[in-house]
Amino acid sequence: MDTLQQIRLIWKPFVFLLCLAPAVLVVTDLFEITGALGANPVEAMQDRFGTWGIRFIMLTLAVTPLRKLTGWNWLTRFRRMLGLFTFFYVLLHFAVWLMLEQSLYFLPWRQVLPTIIEDITKRPYITLGFTALLVLIAMAITSTAGMRRRMGPYWQKLHYGAYAVGLLGVWHYWWQVKKGPDDAIYYAAIFAVLMGLRIYYRRKGAQPFFRKRALPPKA
Amino acid sequence: MLIKKPADIRPSEITSKDNYLNRREFMRAGGIATGLALASPALSALVPDQRRARLVGVEKSLFSTNETPNSYEDITSYNNYWEFGSGKTDPAMYSGDFDPLPWKVTVEGHCEKTGTFDFDEFIKPFDLEERIYRLRCVERWSMVIPWVGISLADVVKHYAPTSNAKYVAFEALHDPTRMLGQRQRLLQWPYREGLTMAEAVNPLSILAVGVYGESMPATNGAPIRLVVPWKYGFKSIKGIVRIRFVERMPEASWNMAQPNEYGFYSNVNPEVDHPRWSQATERRIGANAFTPAIPTQMFNGYAEQVAHLYDGMNLRKDF
Repeated sequence: MDTLQQIRLIWKPFVFLLCLAPAVLVVTDLFEITGALGANPVEAMQDRFGTWGIRFIMLTLAVTPLRKLTGWNWLTRFRRMLGLFTFFYVLLHFAVWLMLEQSLYFLPWRQVLPTIIEDITKRPYITLGFTALLVLIAMAITSTAGMRRRMGPYWQKLHYGAYAVGLLGVWHYWWQVKKGPDDAIYYAAIFAVLMGLRIYYRRKGAQPFFRKRALPPKA
Repeated sequence: MLIKKPADIRPSEITSKDNYLNRREFMRAGGIATGLALASPALSALVPDQRRARLVGVEKSLFSTNETPNSYEDITSYNNYWEFGSGKTDPAMYSGDFDPLPWKVTVEGHCEKTGTFDFDEFIKPFDLEERIYRLRCVERWSMVIPWVGISLADVVKHYAPTSNAKYVAFEALHDPTRMLGQRQRLLQWPYREGLTMAEAVNPLSILAVGVYGESMPATNGAPIRLVVPWKYGFKSIKGIVRIRFVERMPEASWNMAQPNEYGFYSNVNPEVDHPRWSQATERRIGANAFTPAIPTQMFNGYAEQVAHLYDGMNLRKDF
C-alpha cells in the first residue's frame, strides 16, 4: 500500500469518524444515553454545534500554516474534509436554531417566517452567523473535484471565503454572549495567529520552517 | 442552621382564609391560586448537603403562582451567579465549599435604625413566607421557583427610612478567596443593585432566604438575596451584605457594565428588545428540547401588582 492509499483507506475514514464523534455525542446526550444536555437542552445543542463549527473552521484554516511550519504536505489531503465538517456543524447549529429556537418544528412556517427573517436582518450577530452559513453552502456545493475543474480560477477566489467564515464565526460568537467576549476571545486569538502566519509566509515566500521534505504519516 | 419561629404562629391558625383574602385587596387577581399545596417533593435524597436545613414556620402566600415549580436540581444547577464564574454550571461546580455562615448584614444610610446584624438576628423580626414566583432571565430563559423569604416592605418599615431615602441600594459579598469568579474582573465587584423606594415596598418584593422550604443554596445566593419577579433576573442580587437607603439612583452592576443593554429598571418587557435579541419569548427550563418557547408576559405576568409603579414612564427609554 503506498502512502496515498494509506491516507485514503485508513487515515481518512479514521479522521472522518473522529470528526463525527462530537455530533454523535450531542445526539446521545439528547436522548440521555451517554450523558445529558442539562437544564436548557436547546441552548446546549446550539452551543455545542456552534462551538464545534468554530473549532472546525479553525482546524481547516490551520492546515496551510501547519503544513508550512512542519513540511507535512499530506495535511492538505484532509483540508476538504475538515471544511465540510465545518459546514456540517454550522448547519446543525442553524437547524437547531431554526427548528427549536425559532419553533419551525412546532408551528406552521407562515407563522414563524416573519420572526426568522426579522431576526436574521435585525440582529447583527444572527446576520453574521447566517452570512457565514451562506458562504459555507457555496463552498460545500463547489467542493468536488469536478466543480473545482469547471470553475477554474474562480474556485480559489470563492474558497478564500474560508477566511470570511473564520472571521464571521468568531464575531458571531463574540456578539451573542451576555457580556463579551467570554470564550470568544480565545478563538479570536487563534484566528489572529492563523491569519498572521499566512501573512508571514506570503511575505517570506513558501519556505517551510523546519523541513523542506514532505513526510508520510506514520502508519 | 435552623430558623425557628414560635410554634404559636402556625399558618393555619393565623386567620381564616376569608380574612386573609380581605387583607390584601390587590389579591383579587384571578390567576393566583389559593390553598396551594406546597409542591415540595422528597428532595432530601437529591443533593446531600449538610447545609440544607428545613425552614420552620413558613406561611404560604397568595402571591404564589400555581405553575409547576422547577425541580430543585434545575434550580441549583443552572445559574447565573458570576461570583462563582460566568458559566451556567459554574456556581454548582465552584460553590460546594462555600459556607455562607456566619453572615452579617449592614443597614445604613437615610434611616432611623442602622447597624450590622447577624443573619439570624436580621431576619428574626419578620415572617417567613413561601412565594412561588416566575423568574425571567434577560437571556430568554425562565423558571418557576418556590422561594422562602421575608417581605422587603416589612424590612424597609422596620429600619424606618427618612424622607431623604428615595432608593434602596444593595451590595453583595466581595470575597475572592471564597468566590472564584471574583478573581477575574468579569464585573465590577462587589455586585450591586438598587430599587426605587416604591419598588422596594411593593408587596411582591422579598428578601429570599430559602428554596423549597430549605435554607438558600449557595448556587442561588445564600444566605439572603433579593427577589423582584417582575424584573429580569440580574436585578435580584444574591448574597446581600449591605442595604443602604440613599437619595440618588444607586449603581447597578449590569447597568455599569453595559449601560446601553441593561437599564436601571430592567423590567421584563416583551415589547422592548434587548439590543441584540428579541425578548418576545422565553424558554422554560426543565422542558425537553422538543418543547416550544412560550410568550413572555409584560412585567413577567405581574403587571397587576406593579404596572402602576411605571405610570407615565416611557418604558423604551427607561428600560
